[in-house]
Amino acid sequence: MTSNSPSEKRLEELREQAWKEGVVPGKGVDVAGGPIPRKPGYYGQPVVRPPVWTWEIPLYFFFGGMAGMSAVIASGAVIFHHVDLARMAMWIASIAGAILSPVLLIMDLGRPHLFLNMLRVFKHRSAMSMGAWILSAFGACAVPGLITLELHAHQIFSGTLDQLLRFAAGIFIFGAAIFGTLLATYTGVLIGVTAIPAWFLHRTLLPIHFGTAGLGSAAALLELLGHRIPALNFIGFYAAAVESALLIWLSIDKHGVADRAIHEHGSGWLIRIGEILTGPLALVLRFFGLVPFAAVSFLIGALVSRIGWIAVGKVSGSDPEAVFAAERY
Amino acid sequence: MIGEGLQSTNQRRHSFVQDHVEVGFFTDPSVCIGCKACEVACKEWNQVPDDGFIWSGNSYDNTGHLGASTWRHVMFLEQDRAKGNQIAGPMSLDQDPFRWIFLSDVCKHCEDAGCLEACPTGSIVRTEVGSVLVQNDVCNGCGYCVVSCPFGVIDRRPEPLPDAGGAFKCTFCYDRQKSGLVPACAKVCPTESIVFGRLDDLRARGAERVQQLQKSGYADAQLYDPTETSVRGIHAFFLILGEPEAYGLPPKPQVPTIYLKSAWTAAFATAIASIIATLVAFAFFS
Repeated sequence: MTSNSPSEKRLEELREQAWKEGVVPGKGVDVAGGPIPRKPGYYGQPVVRPPVWTWEIPLYFFFGGMAGMSAVIASGAVIFHHVDLARMAMWIASIAGAILSPVLLIMDLGRPHLFLNMLRVFKHRSAMSMGAWILSAFGACAVPGLITLELHAHQIFSGTLDQLLRFAAGIFIFGAAIFGTLLATYTGVLIGVTAIPAWFLHRTLLPIHFGTAGLGSAAALLELLGHRIPALNFIGFYAAAVESALLIWLSIDKHGVADRAIHEHGSGWLIRIGEILTGPLALVLRFFGLVPFAAVSFLIGALVSRIGWIAVGKVSGSDPEAVFAAERY
Repeated sequence: MIGEGLQSTNQRRHSFVQDHVEVGFFTDPSVCIGCKACEVACKEWNQVPDDGFIWSGNSYDNTGHLGASTWRHVMFLEQDRAKGNQIAGPMSLDQDPFRWIFLSDVCKHCEDAGCLEACPTGSIVRTEVGSVLVQNDVCNGCGYCVVSCPFGVIDRRPEPLPDAGGAFKCTFCYDRQKSGLVPACAKVCPTESIVFGRLDDLRARGAERVQQLQKSGYADAQLYDPTETSVRGIHAFFLILGEPEAYGLPPKPQVPTIYLKSAWTAAFATAIASIIATLVAFAFFS
């Protein structure tokens, strides 16, 4: 049963060799999943662990950023006597920052009933600990700020008590603004200071992006709620311009394999779509006076890019080659 | 040094916790036989739940990776014979198509530990013997240590396993050490591939073993102990043959806190810029 086909000839050769020498030292062909690892690292296993965070975290980044920067807009409005705008902004700050954000964060914990342990210690070297304290301080300023402002606006009390309320509202709102800027930006520090390559390689970009996206979304939501004033339009222009610059920065500051999760895969598309919606598209729409469309574009972009950055972390953290490559930077 | 049997530090009682002596693991693949007794002993003593039985197809390793329910992990490397000499045993003939390496991986107990720095609850602490310990009853499962470990050791235990939601990793058998007993994995290791003892003794012993192996023709033998990086050395260090990447070990691990300064600088700059932009907006565009 001999055949002239090359594969059959090869088998004949092997049989002959085995018969004569008692051993066939050839290695054979490489089979997918064969014994000698072809995958990078140890059988392609992740070197660092991808984040365990689920959908609550990008949503928290979105609402926390918006709430924090709403308080900044509220204090600007207070200084320049836009009382209705300040009230609306403080409502956003309180609902998004003091209710939605803590609820989302607690939902994401592995053991939600132990959430108070977050305030057990104060560690300035842990961005997560700082975040817990910043969010608490923000809530402790934003909610009293809103209540005192509303009491003052509705003239519930009169005379000295009203003056006192006005003063207290000012203090609380400025406090909320200070903690608000930190609430909007620390999230970038949080994911930038990790072992995930695509995150730590962009640790300076992330706080700028998250903070500015927070400011832009606060202005956008206020505009959609009826405050179509030039000041908010200017803030919208500013945020869209910064986001456009970040889009350019991100496409220039590439690190090859180390941060490929940002430029490839579905996660890369989420980042790109998010950046285009918050950056160039929002800018162009605002330029042509289509303010509500620009606002909607910015809000969607801010949410999509937050989802994108968490997705990037999952892809990058599971990629052993990215970890090895990132150690060159 | 190999084969000290009942005289080795693995079998003696000690008082390292009481005396505040830094201890460590030295894991040596050149004498590991891949029996996985360390994995079994770890799971049994610490009552770590099984996390599924998956046939990986990756040599004899069906454990995969360290994680919340895997605190010792025996790696099975099958390297191209061109990479170096076969270690020992009847398979050490020149005709071997590949060389075997077994290495029992474990939490590194870093000198500067990413997980410990990241933990917002103070659940992760450093013990008297220099090991890094997660206090299970304090951990609220925020998951920040998971992304802060440069070695991908610690993980959050998923439902429906017992004690789900918390972060888990090797405890260095702190409970046993307090009673003068050695960690379970070292106690059961039949070849003293895992050696437990004083950290300074082990470092000397590791250096000696590397020299011994290099003299016997294993030119690629080296210690894996990243003392030059920001991790500043690990308390559970390894002897490896060849490059660390093949073991899934990062060649230059960094503790993420070194990135704090640049990230916070960007955050403060953004905070100030946002306040200025808002004030400008209201001052000039009202």
